[in-house]
Amino acid sequence: MFSWDLLANAVVAGILLGGFYAAVSLGVSLTFGLLDVVNIAQPAFVILGAYAAYVMNSSFGLDPILTGLLFTPFFYVLGAVVYRIYYASFERRGDESLRGLVFFFGLLFIIEVSLSLTYGVDYRLVEAAYIGKSIDLGGVGIAFRLLVPCLVGLAMTLALYLFLSRTFYGRAVMGVSQDRVALRLMGANPVRIKTIAFGIGIAAASLSGALLITIAPVVPSTDRDYIGRVFAITVLGGLGSIGGTLAASIILGVAESLMATFFGPSWSLAVSFGILLLALAVRPAGLFGR
Amino acid sequence: MKTGGALVVAVAVIGGGILLAGLRVNPYLYFAGYVVLQYVVIATAWNILGGYAGYVNFGTPAFFALGAYTAIFLIEAFKAPLPVLILAGGLVSALLGLGIGYLTLRLKGVFFSIATLALSVVLQTLIINWDYVGGAKGFTLIRPSAPFFGNWGTLLFTVMVGLAVVAVLVARSIERSWIGRGLAALRDNEEAAECMGVPTLRLKLFATTISGFFLGVAGAPFPYYVTYVEPSSAFNLDYAVNALAMPMIGGTTTWIGPVIGAVLLGTAQQVATVTISSEMNLLVVGVVLVLFVVLAPEGITGLARRLRGR
Amino acid sequence: MATTLLEVDGLTRRFGGFLALDRVTLHVKAGERFGLIGPNGSGKTTLINCVSGALATDGGRILFEGRDITTMPAHQRTRLGIVRSFQIPKPFTSMTVLENLGIPLEYAAPARSHGTSATAEATDILRVIGLEAKAHLRPAGLTQIEMRKLELARAMAARPKLLISDEAMAGLSSAEVDDILAILFRLNEQGITIIMIEHIMRAVMRFSERVVVLDAGNRIAEGTSEEIVRNPAVEKAYLGE
Repeated sequence: MFSWDLLANAVVAGILLGGFYAAVSLGVSLTFGLLDVVNIAQPAFVILGAYAAYVMNSSFGLDPILTGLLFTPFFYVLGAVVYRIYYASFERRGDESLRGLVFFFGLLFIIEVSLSLTYGVDYRLVEAAYIGKSIDLGGVGIAFRLLVPCLVGLAMTLALYLFLSRTFYGRAVMGVSQDRVALRLMGANPVRIKTIAFGIGIAAASLSGALLITIAPVVPSTDRDYIGRVFAITVLGGLGSIGGTLAASIILGVAESLMATFFGPSWSLAVSFGILLLALAVRPAGLFGR
Repeated sequence: MKTGGALVVAVAVIGGGILLAGLRVNPYLYFAGYVVLQYVVIATAWNILGGYAGYVNFGTPAFFALGAYTAIFLIEAFKAPLPVLILAGGLVSALLGLGIGYLTLRLKGVFFSIATLALSVVLQTLIINWDYVGGAKGFTLIRPSAPFFGNWGTLLFTVMVGLAVVAVLVARSIERSWIGRGLAALRDNEEAAECMGVPTLRLKLFATTISGFFLGVAGAPFPYYVTYVEPSSAFNLDYAVNALAMPMIGGTTTWIGPVIGAVLLGTAQQVATVTISSEMNLLVVGVVLVLFVVLAPEGITGLARRLRGR
Repeated sequence: MATTLLEVDGLTRRFGGFLALDRVTLHVKAGERFGLIGPNGSGKTTLINCVSGALATDGGRILFEGRDITTMPAHQRTRLGIVRSFQIPKPFTSMTVLENLGIPLEYAAPARSHGTSATAEATDILRVIGLEAKAHLRPAGLTQIEMRKLELARAMAARPKLLISDEAMAGLSSAEVDDILAILFRLNEQGITIIMIEHIMRAVMRFSERVVVLDAGNRIAEGTSEEIVRNPAVEKAYLGE
């Protein structure tokens, strides 16, 4: 059954969800889109961030977003280390394609199973002052647990965009993705630049994970739901385009929300996969692709 | 070893399998043997695309489960016999391979892998919503009395021996043929291969189809093996990791690698499930996989070759 | 009267907003030694990629032996006889030198083979090019010039009618350049049409019967080596205003 109210609510929820999806996808947009490193383990790092927020929240009552920010340096270091291993083992040998992919899949797997062993398969959630509250704007209910992650997601997107366009290291990252030789001539070390960029990509997972567990409870296998979403967004938005990532995230969020509202929530995963296949078949360069 | 010799060995292995089945030792050995042999098929199938062509399939559970659920569908609709189930399961999964391949193989290889990554989750969602094959509640099979051995455990074991032998023979003959050489060329450098006259798209589609076929074949007897199939068991992540780990650890360039990997890892896991939890087991597999990929990318066969001084 | 083997007609190719080839037109006659030169970024490699089928075109036609091959996939063009070598060698790393040649012999050449065994033919090619001693080595064990020679040997194994040599001599010593040049002359004597892309001027000028100059995606000059050397537009393109 259809009503404008239902539609409006679904669209708004979808937009808010989209803002959050952008946060989760930023890491992949950076590492895969700009650095050409197929980091399929990103969703696992996001779940890791979610569990970090859970532990801090249940043990110390810490606000999840605060935890996300606090843990960012650790995740950055983790990202830098992972990239160095990847570079030494694969990129230098020119072996990126097959073995690099398997490496990241192995990481994804190890993270997920370790979380499973440590925390079991029960759903974990966080509690914060704003979860459970909502405001009403002209008949459309906006839940804070969706609004806050969306706003944080938008802020993260903006921050990354500014970093890439305004700072030295950010522009160096853009340079690495386009012309490695020119970069060396400039005096910057491409490996170092990529290490920094990869670290930032994983650091983003810390905060995104906190946002994730704010929106809904998680289990270790939640990361699998996001694999399809994140890559659908990255491909649809165009590899390497931050603005594209945001646009694609919102499109996906709205599509999923509409699907869930009118056809049932279990189909929402099919939406991302459908969009992924469609994007690959029709316009692999994405909406804003280089 | 020439083809004639290989066929003799194959027949001998099947004969040995039937003999073992006839001996009626501890039934648990047949169940364990079935799982290990099933992995020989899975690892060999994966390697035709992953090792020979260099395209990584992360969605093994999707192909395996599709074989199983095709079987369930045919059992429900037609009470079809096992040989039909196996063939049909293989064909449907082959079609899935062809379809995914056709959509993504004209792009960079990584997009194929990404598509397979998302595939399992989506297919699982579809199956969960399909009540005819049991949906989320699962499907229960009441088996008729087993022909030949009077016992499904030993019969299925023998069937899997046969399937494993067939899969390995097919992989071996592909590897040694002009197709295998073309696949190796496109794995080493796809652009150069295309410019040297290798029809890369056609060969890639061939590889995904054959690989999908045998993955489906491995899954088709599954309903008979477990008698109760629910989506989470058919789409189990075990299959995804093992399908990768077994060829990677055994060695991806020849047919022997997946066999070694499947036998070693499969047996180790069967032994381990008695002592440690299945999740710990998976964790160990994951860690060993990453270690091999980083430190010994050519696997056991590669190390053996290095020792022999080639 | 020599026939036209390759005809490129109004070829255009863009990369995003960048126009790499702007309605380029040229012909190569059968049996000719044809030079293609131009400063870096002028579109030479893009042109070659379009002719060999590695890149699609955004406009124009390509005809080979009178046949429109503009949309034909690369591997089929190779079978017709258009073979290119790569600027940065792309050997098949898991195979020996001999096996590397086996691939084009098996895939590109059979339609035009005359029955000798593939191994014998591959060995012959290796002998001509001077790599016979390394037949059973993997590419990882070859020196720079040996890799270049392998690249050329592999192209030869594809039994080309038209061989496109893409900067095969870059970074080589004078003696090594003469080495490669001798091989190319010899191939041409056997009837193979050769397009040479090079920056080493003395090699191109000595080798080519006719030269076309590209600059910024446009054909700016055509003529014999002497004519090109004296052409002010060419000098300007290379040295700037």
